[in-house]
Amino acid sequence: MAGLELLSDQGYRLDGRKATELRKVQARMGVFAQADGSAYIEQGNTKALAVVYGPHEVRMSRSKTLHDRAVINCQYSMATFSTAERKRRPHGDRKSTEMSLHLKQTFEAAVLTNLYPRSQIDIYVKILQSDGGNYSACVNAATLAVIDAGIPMRDYVCACTAGFVDETPLADLCHAEESGGGTSLALALLPRGGHIALLQMDARLHQDHLETLMEAAMTACKGVSKVLDQVVRQHLQEVSALTGE
Amino acid sequence: MLKSKTFVKKTRSGGIMKIVREHYLRDDIWCGSEFCTECKQDESVLQKDACIESNLCVFPHYLLPDTNVVLSQIDILEDPLIKNVIILQTVLQEVRHRSAPIYKRLKDILHDKEKHFYTFTNEHHSDLSYVVETYIEREPGESANDRNDRAIRVSTKWYSDHLKNARTEEGLRIVLLTNDRENKDKSEEAGLLTYRCEEYIKSLIANPELVDRLALTNDDKNDITSSKVLFPEHLPLSRIQSGIKSGTFLQGTFRASRDNYLEATVFVHGEGDESTEVLIQGLQNLNRAVHQDLVAVEMLPQNQWVGPSSVVLQDEGPKDDDVTGDDEEEKLKGAVVGAGPRKPTARVVGIIKRNWRPFCGMLFLSQIKEATRHLFTPADRRIPRIRIETRQASTLAGQRIMVAIDGWPKHSRYPNGHFVRSLGCAGDKETETEVLLLEHDVPHQDFSQAVLSFLPKMPWSITEEDMAVREDLRHLTVCSVDPPGCTDIDDALHCRDLPNGNQEVGVHIADVSHFIRPGNALDQEAASRGTTVYLTGRRIDMVPELLSSNLCSLRCNVERLAFSCIWEINEKAEIIKTRFAKSVINSKASLTYAEAQMRIDDTSMNDDITKSLRGLNRLAKILKRQRIEKGALTLSSPEVRFHIDSETHDPIDLQTKELKDTNSMVEEFMLLANISVAQKIYEEFSECALLRKHPAPPPSNYDILNKAAKSKNLVIHTDSAKALADSLDAARVDNFPYFNTLLRILATRCMMQAVYFCSGMDSDFHHYGLASPIYTHFTSPIRRYSDIIVHRLLAVAIGADSTYPDLMDKHKQSALCNNLNYRHKMAQYAQRASVAFHTQLFFKSRGIMNEEGFILFVRKNAIIILIPKFGLEGTVFFENKNKPSPKLVFNDEATTLTVEGHTFNMFDKVKVTISLDASNIQHQKIRMSLVEPVIPGVSVAPSEPNEPEAKKAKLDH
Repeated sequence: MAGLELLSDQGYRLDGRKATELRKVQARMGVFAQADGSAYIEQGNTKALAVVYGPHEVRMSRSKTLHDRAVINCQYSMATFSTAERKRRPHGDRKSTEMSLHLKQTFEAAVLTNLYPRSQIDIYVKILQSDGGNYSACVNAATLAVIDAGIPMRDYVCACTAGFVDETPLADLCHAEESGGGTSLALALLPRGGHIALLQMDARLHQDHLETLMEAAMTACKGVSKVLDQVVRQHLQEVSALTGE
Repeated sequence: MLKSKTFVKKTRSGGIMKIVREHYLRDDIWCGSEFCTECKQDESVLQKDACIESNLCVFPHYLLPDTNVVLSQIDILEDPLIKNVIILQTVLQEVRHRSAPIYKRLKDILHDKEKHFYTFTNEHHSDLSYVVETYIEREPGESANDRNDRAIRVSTKWYSDHLKNARTEEGLRIVLLTNDRENKDKSEEAGLLTYRCEEYIKSLIANPELVDRLALTNDDKNDITSSKVLFPEHLPLSRIQSGIKSGTFLQGTFRASRDNYLEATVFVHGEGDESTEVLIQGLQNLNRAVHQDLVAVEMLPQNQWVGPSSVVLQDEGPKDDDVTGDDEEEKLKGAVVGAGPRKPTARVVGIIKRNWRPFCGMLFLSQIKEATRHLFTPADRRIPRIRIETRQASTLAGQRIMVAIDGWPKHSRYPNGHFVRSLGCAGDKETETEVLLLEHDVPHQDFSQAVLSFLPKMPWSITEEDMAVREDLRHLTVCSVDPPGCTDIDDALHCRDLPNGNQEVGVHIADVSHFIRPGNALDQEAASRGTTVYLTGRRIDMVPELLSSNLCSLRCNVERLAFSCIWEINEKAEIIKTRFAKSVINSKASLTYAEAQMRIDDTSMNDDITKSLRGLNRLAKILKRQRIEKGALTLSSPEVRFHIDSETHDPIDLQTKELKDTNSMVEEFMLLANISVAQKIYEEFSECALLRKHPAPPPSNYDILNKAAKSKNLVIHTDSAKALADSLDAARVDNFPYFNTLLRILATRCMMQAVYFCSGMDSDFHHYGLASPIYTHFTSPIRRYSDIIVHRLLAVAIGADSTYPDLMDKHKQSALCNNLNYRHKMAQYAQRASVAFHTQLFFKSRGIMNEEGFILFVRKNAIIILIPKFGLEGTVFFENKNKPSPKLVFNDEATTLTVEGHTFNMFDKVKVTISLDASNIQHQKIRMSLVEPVIPGVSVAPSEPNEPEAKKAKLDH
């Protein structure tokens, strides 16, 4: 029998979610003391760790220095144990390079870089376990880490994927759904203003369906933003309770 | 909705990969019962009064079958009597893995609102008030099957408890149906109400006939057969696979011989296009393979190779299992001696895939009066007899019935099966039509609810949005010309003068693709049907009638959506400009060919429609001439039309179809539209255009035609279509006007089949018969699916519609073409079979007739005769089993046959009597016997038409 039934007649997906439902999102901020900012996120079985250093003076080649704003340096990597088959190269391959670039573009759009001219902000993200939606997990983790580092941003950047099966948009794809063929769209959104930081889609999709798919992805991103907001508030409460203010 | 999720990991190992999946349990999955007050469901599927009268369950109950019951007893579940059934997700998923066709049938049942089948998503269900969840994890050491069985039991338990809470005094219960003994024991231990499927069905009071539809399961097989092992064991699949890999076994499709039940061939698919044929002989070597199965064979050593036997052997009838075997083999041995050259011979060692479907046929009653086991004889001679168990044998005798095979144990002479349904009395028109549809694999069941749900809602009208994107052509004088009685009008025409002296001609085709959107159930059904099948007196639609005869049909004086192809054509019928548009038209008249012809001929009529028709007719004549000059063939095949009695629907007269000018007028413009569209879509989509080609026949195909022409001292040039057309035109014999038609009939037989193909998968596009470099089908979307695809392609090409992935995928496209070609071929065969059957009916009512005919072919022991009056073809045999055969001399060169001194040439005129041979009720035949020329001992006396009974004896020579 060919393939998996991604969406049953009763409207349930492989893991029991309905089409618009997200996976369970859990996150923690400030997981490392040494870094300026750090965060850990779980989106279902996808787990990511983000660490932020900076802003500090430019440590890459001097020529990269920008005089009106800060440089954002991103590095994406996947743990060798993050996939079902052990990965040989944790970073530096084409896919990771592309992903690093995408993260850089996303955060250049969100971080108020003009506040820190001639400086550098480093964002390191690592996928500890991969189960679809790696990019979005990275973006969400990095957002929390940047907030933890106290770097001002225009808004949360929230990312989520959306797919298209049987004329129905599915939010937040898991690995089985991503690899089951069909289209997958990754969207990074600044939810308050509804600005799109990054939009990526590799497969073919008919123009007519793009709008509904985008809409589904945006709704999903807004859902994610609610969860992140809660995490930040709770973290701040905990921290302020500790410091006794 | 997020709040309620509990998070559970589900681990599945396969190979070396460890896959981790999330598994969410949720509390918003309802039980689907009308009884339930706790569940907040919008609509409940399962009824309150769920009563099937049964001895075992006198209270209302819901049935809950396990996977094996669904797989083996789907025939039962489909019965309208069985209602209020809970299908668990576990069961549904398992069925999906195990059998695609049964999964589809089950889904159809689930969609049927009348059946009250409810799918319960037990794997994701959680009930906070309940101790045990219906989702269970596999325990260490537990097999997947055991886990699923347990899941089914747990869900059944949940349902019983859940509805116990909710239920009223009526005492609703859940009945688990399982055939697995262990499962049954365990569930009874758990206090569940459990029955075996047989037990339950046999307990039904009102409908005892359901019992016959039960499939025989393993438990039952033992008592039906003797203990003697008749066949060698089949090898397990793993052994077969390693054998095929190492080359000791070969894999191929099993094809039973039509004439000899002890013989078969296996088509071994080799590398690339290579395929070889291997002979298999004898019951032991055939080893229970059934026609069309995919089998593994082992070659026999060369000294055991045999030649194909030339005798006709038919399984004579019921024998006891014990006596079979040896004597039958003997019979075959005797026949083999003296047969042709030895061929590679093999024996079947195992079955890779069964290809069983329900078979049509008749019951062969057991001699013992009270017996419940009977043999069933399929209509297709290649299928073995099937043993079934039934209590209604006496009612089924003389009826056409359908039977499915359940299995073929090694100690049984015949496969075991079960009765599926009765088609009606043998010889009845409806029954026989049903049989020929089934045997030609024509999908003809009513459209399912899922399909009908995609139909537009009535009353339907053209909306503002439709008007906005379409060209308004309602003002044009459009009319349609069709055969009388046609309700699915898919084409209409118009013609008007343009100010610059040229003429504008439009072909308007029903816009079916507007209603059938890609990918939905309606589209899939149409794609699978492929074509509308026209039988005598019945039409099997490709799309539901609402579309075919109403919304799509371009009837007169209603506004209809159309896809228009509009040309500007000059005086010499040259195309100046072509354009395509989605449009709205309002046909001014629906004419028949005869009416249109009358208008054209009647000089007193000068209205717009008539003028338009005259313009079309004039242009069509020029177009036709041009086409013939290019080398298009005009071929002929005798087509007959029945005059059907309006009350009894019996054929009362036969008549060959006659062609009028207007027929060819419409045809000409349809050809033109098809060619224009083909060019356009190929230009736009060079990789995935759906086109139609007609390959040139290989020269050897023309042998028969050449020989025939030579017998009249004529030469037919066959090197090109043009040469063929010219020499066919020139071939005339004085005092024999029908000769040319006969020759054209022969030429038709030489041709290849025209086929659909995808332009990206082939390089030869030529259409031989029409002498066109490119061709497609655009003009009949109501009755051909290919046209719908072409419509979609063209719509994309002109920017009127959007594409979808499958349309642009040449492999998918090509798979679709294969199905369409298959369906068209089968439809054609079914049509011929229907005509043949009605011809038989006609001759049955007429008794014996004497008619004149011409010899079409001469064979070694027979001549084939065509009777032009009826378009009927028949064979006169000169050999007979019970009589010494006359002296026959066959001359292969001149194709003549000399019988007792009289020589038969091709095209000789003869006189024959026609009668119906009903000796075999499943295969009735038209029998012809020679009357003139008179040859003593061979020909018969002409019969008096009005006393058929008296003369019958003489015919049985």
